[in-house]
Amino acid sequence: MQQAANPIAEGQRLMTICNACRYCEGFCVVFPAMERRLTFAEADMNYLANLCHNCAECYYACQYAPPHEFSVNVPKVFAQIRARSYQKYAWPGFASVSPWWALAAGVVVTALLAGSRSAAAADFYGVISHKVMVTAFAAVSVIILMVHAAGFLRFWRESGEGLAEFFQPAVLFKAARDALTLKNLDSNRVGCTYPNELHSQARRRFHHFTFYGFALCLASTTVAAGYHSVGWIAPHPYFSVPVVLGTLGGIGLLIGPAGLYSLKRQRDTAIVDVKQDSMDVSFLALLFLTSLTGLLLLVLRETNVMGALLRIHLGVVLGLFLTLPYGKFVHGIYRSAALVRSVLEASRGQD
Amino acid sequence: MVGGGNAALCAALVARESGVSVMVLESAPAEYRGGNSRHTRNMRCMHEASTEVLTDAYAEDEYFDDLLRVTEGETTKQLARLVIRDSLRAAAWMKSYGVRFQPSLGGTLHLGRTNAFFLGGGKALMNAYYAAAQHRGIRVHYNAEVTELHIRDGKFESGRMQLNGQPTEFRARAMVAASGGFESNLEWLEAVWGEAARNFLIRGTPYNKGKLLKLLMDQGVESVGDPRQCHAVAIDGRAPKFDGGIVTRLDCLPLGIVVNKEAERFYDEGEDLWPKRYAIWGRLVAQQADQIAYSIIDSKVIGRFIPSVFPPIAAPGIAELAAKLGLPAQKLEATVREFNRAVQPGSFDHQVLDDCRTEGLIVSKSHWAQAIDKPPFYGYPLRPGITFTYLGVKVNERAEVQGLGSGTNIFAAGEIMAGNVIGKGYLAGLGMTIGSVFGRIAGKEAARAAGR
Repeated sequence: MQQAANPIAEGQRLMTICNACRYCEGFCVVFPAMERRLTFAEADMNYLANLCHNCAECYYACQYAPPHEFSVNVPKVFAQIRARSYQKYAWPGFASVSPWWALAAGVVVTALLAGSRSAAAADFYGVISHKVMVTAFAAVSVIILMVHAAGFLRFWRESGEGLAEFFQPAVLFKAARDALTLKNLDSNRVGCTYPNELHSQARRRFHHFTFYGFALCLASTTVAAGYHSVGWIAPHPYFSVPVVLGTLGGIGLLIGPAGLYSLKRQRDTAIVDVKQDSMDVSFLALLFLTSLTGLLLLVLRETNVMGALLRIHLGVVLGLFLTLPYGKFVHGIYRSAALVRSVLEASRGQD
Repeated sequence: MVGGGNAALCAALVARESGVSVMVLESAPAEYRGGNSRHTRNMRCMHEASTEVLTDAYAEDEYFDDLLRVTEGETTKQLARLVIRDSLRAAAWMKSYGVRFQPSLGGTLHLGRTNAFFLGGGKALMNAYYAAAQHRGIRVHYNAEVTELHIRDGKFESGRMQLNGQPTEFRARAMVAASGGFESNLEWLEAVWGEAARNFLIRGTPYNKGKLLKLLMDQGVESVGDPRQCHAVAIDGRAPKFDGGIVTRLDCLPLGIVVNKEAERFYDEGEDLWPKRYAIWGRLVAQQADQIAYSIIDSKVIGRFIPSVFPPIAAPGIAELAAKLGLPAQKLEATVREFNRAVQPGSFDHQVLDDCRTEGLIVSKSHWAQAIDKPPFYGYPLRPGITFTYLGVKVNERAEVQGLGSGTNIFAAGEIMAGNVIGKGYLAGLGMTIGSVFGRIAGKEAARAAGR
């Protein structure tokens, strides 16, 4: 049984084997979704690959894993298919923007916007005016929201489902719960086989630190923007709502990405597509740097390095935002949408 | 522990619980460890009430009656009762070592009541055992094939093995033989079955060569079981010689007709429900010329069975299909025509013994007989696929091998002694139950013998 060079064709070959075996159906949502199909078009493969959380349990449990001549390696091939699908759904179509280039661009743009204004300690808007900051970030945010929406629509349209199918409260609720708890990285409450074949909760926990850290930082910014609109201007005291949220989020964004990176260093390379490391690592690095520069800014805001730190921090954040639609961040969009589709299909099966 | 599958690891872990030092000699390399256990997916468990993964009840007597029926009485009743009674306790013990169970898989042969399924299948089960073994300081040697046994006064003293290709001596105060049957030893199969054996496919591990079984028999250990008895099913003829496992099975035989290389039908494809009949088809195909047969179906039944890993051979007409399969075209057309004419009206339901049957044929089809008339037509080549052999060593209820006198320190568990319980026929999931129950007994007794 010949392995195929093209990831889609190889994925189709694997699904034929998996569908005749089905031993893995208790592991995650991918295999029940597979069993609902008899044939696997490219759209099916993109869906299944984005549904896969890359936990690798199916690889370690597989009687046909290499060196068996069937050479079944679902997590690795699905990772390759996912990478292709990210390019396919990205809008505009130039998906291979280097995240490092974007980071550099962000720093430069911020430095230019800030000009050569000098500022007193803790006077953020002496370094960069509130108007410029808000305008720049609002513009970037609108762009990335549009890009993400376009990517999502492309993914969803490929499924053949209508948009109305997506917006069903019961379905969305269940999918959101699965996404927010990372149920599929928790193989029946013992975690997943990452970074090696022994079960561990490490990856799931570090992902939680990262995701919820990111969410808290967003919440902090939102609250601070609200404060600003009522004339309550940053910097805020250490025990104010935005600073506490931001600090907690920032700690999460240090622990999470550092932990995920450390796991990545130890992981079994048999199950991953190593070509994607630059995409993964640059995203982790940007998250980590966002938090690090933000926390440093908090601690050193009363000193004369504040101006430089603020520019660096804003530059990193801008870089992070600019790379979101073309980097690892998009996995969250497509995986969540795939989870919605999986819940939708399963609910039909029970009719 | 000589062997590296379910029985060997159960024995190793139990022995280790008593504090003795344990060494596991697995003849396969690490990536193929676990013998045939790596291809399994469930074990048959007695239970008085429904459990997390088993529905209803499956009481001792029903289990025992099932066993009597399939073996036609060829079982050691006392050992069979022992296996049945301890089956649920063995499963609970396995759980304590990290083995996970799940409700029955979709598309399985209605086993949700009787069989507890391993989450992720047998290889996941073996991974849990090996992780536990490592954690508890059990030494595991891979690529370790035992070549000599030194037995004095009925007691094992030392042995020799090829360890990574190097001759190496080993000693132990007790030994457990849990090294499987001889189904992947092609010379031995041919000695038993003649040249026909060359066309057999081996569904499981290539490492069950029966070398330890032979060594023990040569040393005077009593054997049990007929060397010709084996569990064999009809699998896809395109499967690899070894290790094809579950994905090469074909469940479509009762949905169409099965012909030999002369394009003639030779057995009632609809004799009984498939779960009760699939295990006779290996032997049936083995008895045909060149040990080959073909399952022929039409488009009506696609989607009613789990597909094999190999795509069916398709053609718009019966003659074209015959050409693709290498069958005499006119003969196949005649066989299909004759079959279609004999089909009686009825309401088709492949889940139950329906009333669709033929009339007037020499080889009738008792159920699920539908005319093969909706193109495209499909064919699957079939070969006998051996799962395991029944020849083994005789044991008592303490898992001691027989024939070496009392007080021996050699015990046996798993496929190498399964013939004590199943002399013929098979019950799905019983092999793993025997392995777990006797593995635990052998481990406990070996630890006790080592402590003497």
